[in-house]
Amino acid sequence: MAEPHIVLDNVHKSFGSKHVLRGVNVGVGKGRSLAIIGGSGTGKSVTLKCILGLLQPDSGSIRIGGEEIIGLKGEARDRMLARFGMLFQGAALFDSLNVWRNVAFGLMQGERKMKAREANAIAIDKMAQVGLGPELANANPADLSGGMRKRVGLARAIAPEPEIIFFDEPTTGLDPIMGDVINNLIVDCTRRLGATTITITHDMASARKIADDIAMIYKGKIVWHGPANEIDCSNNAYVEQFIHGREEGPIQVDL
Amino acid sequence: MLAEVGRLALFTRDAVLRGLMPPWYFRQVWDQILRIGYFSLPVVGLTAFFTGGALALQIYIGGTRYNAENLVSQIVALGITRELGPVMAGLMVTGRVAAAIAAELGTMRVTEQIDALTTLSTNPFKYLVGPRIVAAVLTMPILVGIADIIGILGGYIVGTTSLGFNSAAYIKNTTDFVEFTDVTSGLIKAAVFGFIIALMGCYHGFNSKGGAQGVGRATTNAVVSGSILILAANYVLTSLLFEK
Repeated sequence: MAEPHIVLDNVHKSFGSKHVLRGVNVGVGKGRSLAIIGGSGTGKSVTLKCILGLLQPDSGSIRIGGEEIIGLKGEARDRMLARFGMLFQGAALFDSLNVWRNVAFGLMQGERKMKAREANAIAIDKMAQVGLGPELANANPADLSGGMRKRVGLARAIAPEPEIIFFDEPTTGLDPIMGDVINNLIVDCTRRLGATTITITHDMASARKIADDIAMIYKGKIVWHGPANEIDCSNNAYVEQFIHGREEGPIQVDL
Repeated sequence: MLAEVGRLALFTRDAVLRGLMPPWYFRQVWDQILRIGYFSLPVVGLTAFFTGGALALQIYIGGTRYNAENLVSQIVALGITRELGPVMAGLMVTGRVAAAIAAELGTMRVTEQIDALTTLSTNPFKYLVGPRIVAAVLTMPILVGIADIIGILGGYIVGTTSLGFNSAAYIKNTTDFVEFTDVTSGLIKAAVFGFIIALMGCYHGFNSKGGAQGVGRATTNAVVSGSILILAANYVLTSLLFEK
């Protein structure tokens, strides 16, 4: 059986005496969509940052397409990063650049070095795909609403047409309707690209809509992993407590 | 303290080895030259003008005790070009530029913009740190050169209007006395101060954490550490450049 597209094998990460990841094992098949759910401080963001190389795991293995990515440096790391797209929680748009330059950033910098005119045309097209008109191309990111910023962030993530896209809390801070709009856009865009995706979220509606598979992380370990349509009959005490939002259960909340 | 020095040393290594190596972002460098150099001109010019004027007054008042008041033009020129021009400009630019760099990069850090750069295959040291260091090292000597001229002009105006010096004699004494090395030593200091200013702004901004409070702390630390390092570097450079 072929190895999944993205594999995390016994990944550990600590910050001083605080053990955040305690042996994360999870895989995502090519073109599949995985949502990692879990409460605040359980290690979701750290897992994502380890895959992206923004944090260096203490031990374990992370493989993309069979290639070990921990410890990659220089051009090899740049080549790996060029395969990724990322939508950050707060969109992380560059304040000093207008909207279209934000969307086209990955095309004009890095390995591609596309000319401004060509990149502008692609940026306008990607903006249209996320429901933003060309009149916003020269707007300042600071003038946009939260939902619009997320759309620009999504357009930036898909602009270089990456094979892997990560979504960090894509609906946090949005009203339910705008959250659903963003979820639909994510599904549309990733299906069109055929991308493999990992979404971290604590929004169950978002996880159900976006993901083919769901993994639940608690205290730095995956405690359940299965198809999204089976989460309601998981028979897992952690999952049931989390999806029903109960205070009682095996998940201890530090108050 | 030792850990902080170690972190700064590693950051400096990365800033130089990664930040100054290709690919170069010329547009970023040009933007920073405008921000650091051009927009600092008014504050540096005014500081130099009033410093030159005050220096002329002090030398005159002190000089009268030893019948040395006719040395005002020479000492103003020497003091401005060797010490006060680079140091005052360095401190003023630290307050203006190191704070701005730390605040900008600090905000980029806490809003994940620096992480976003990395995920877009762009090295933040090359895109953010390198251009700021290059721009500061290039523009500080130009700023100090202008500050030297304006500072000496301040002394000249005070000397000729308030202290009764003859205009032509004041200018002749200044030009006869100042040597090429007096000016170049100040410009060398300015380049080093430019490196310190950009480095401190980038270092504290890059390592800021904890939201708005963290950005505020980074800004304060950039100005304080930048100012102290400039004064310390000034002493070291003075002892090296003017060693007898």
